[in-house]
Amino acid sequence: MITLQQMLVLSGLLFAIAAAGIFINRKNVILLLMCMELLLLSANFNFVAFSRYLGNIDGQVFVFFVLTVAAAEAAIGLAILVVLFRERRSINVADISSLKG
Amino acid sequence: MVQILFYAFAIVLVAAALGVITLRNPVYSALCLVLCFFTSAALWLLIEAEFLAIVLVLVYVGAVMVLFLFVVMMLDINIEELRRGFTRYAWLGAATAAVLALEILGVVIGRGLGASMNMKGGMVPVAATASNTSELGTVLYTKYVYPFELAAMLLLVAIIAAIVLTMRKRRGLKVQDINAQVAVRAEDRVRIIKMPVEKRE
Repeated sequence: MITLQQMLVLSGLLFAIAAAGIFINRKNVILLLMCMELLLLSANFNFVAFSRYLGNIDGQVFVFFVLTVAAAEAAIGLAILVVLFRERRSINVADISSLKG
Repeated sequence: MVQILFYAFAIVLVAAALGVITLRNPVYSALCLVLCFFTSAALWLLIEAEFLAIVLVLVYVGAVMVLFLFVVMMLDINIEELRRGFTRYAWLGAATAAVLALEILGVVIGRGLGASMNMKGGMVPVAATASNTSELGTVLYTKYVYPFELAAMLLLVAIIAAIVLTMRKRRGLKVQDINAQVAVRAEDRVRIIKMPVEKRE
């Protein structure tokens, strides 16, 4: 039998790993987007776990919406990335500093 | 048995997540992320959220990750340039992860989220004939029908935005300009001039 505690610990570990990924890959926009997908996945883990262990289906509906928003975000993020690469020939975050005063 | 499966999938999930953030090649990172989503779907199956498990595989592995792989392979990225300073910031990331994990584990294990939550208990049992998909659908199309429509609208906006952002006009392409064709007037094209009749000498 899987307990709620096990699920929450697993999602916490996943969240911590993804947050570390944002720090150590802070130059690469593609990896930043991937780390964001991981963060959303660990949040979804919590929603599904609480939904099942409290017997309330609303949590799973919310995961459905989070998946929708994440898909839209990934599509637009990658489109912006492609446009950026076409303009600058680079995806380094450090190169995007035109608005710096 | 369920415990063994849970720990096996959990170990694969954590290992794949570590692979995503540490591997040198972005293609390998994307493939590790695919593995993450597959194991997450398996874990959701274990806690009987079947519909979302299938949706995770279909939407994420089938659509979003394929998009990621397309973009990663299409762009010619200089990885060495991006990897510079990796070790310099690795300790910062590790420290942040350790603090975050300690805080979350402290709340989950130490405090147990208050007395009202039964942290060690099992799931709420579902009837053997109950269908997760139909339960979810019943709620989604009655209680959450307006958010559902909004989500559809959001996806439409995302489609249009992605297309408009990446569309570009190529120079030197021979295409019709319909506006100019319709707006043209006879005076612009034909010039009628009067000239005296020339007599033969």
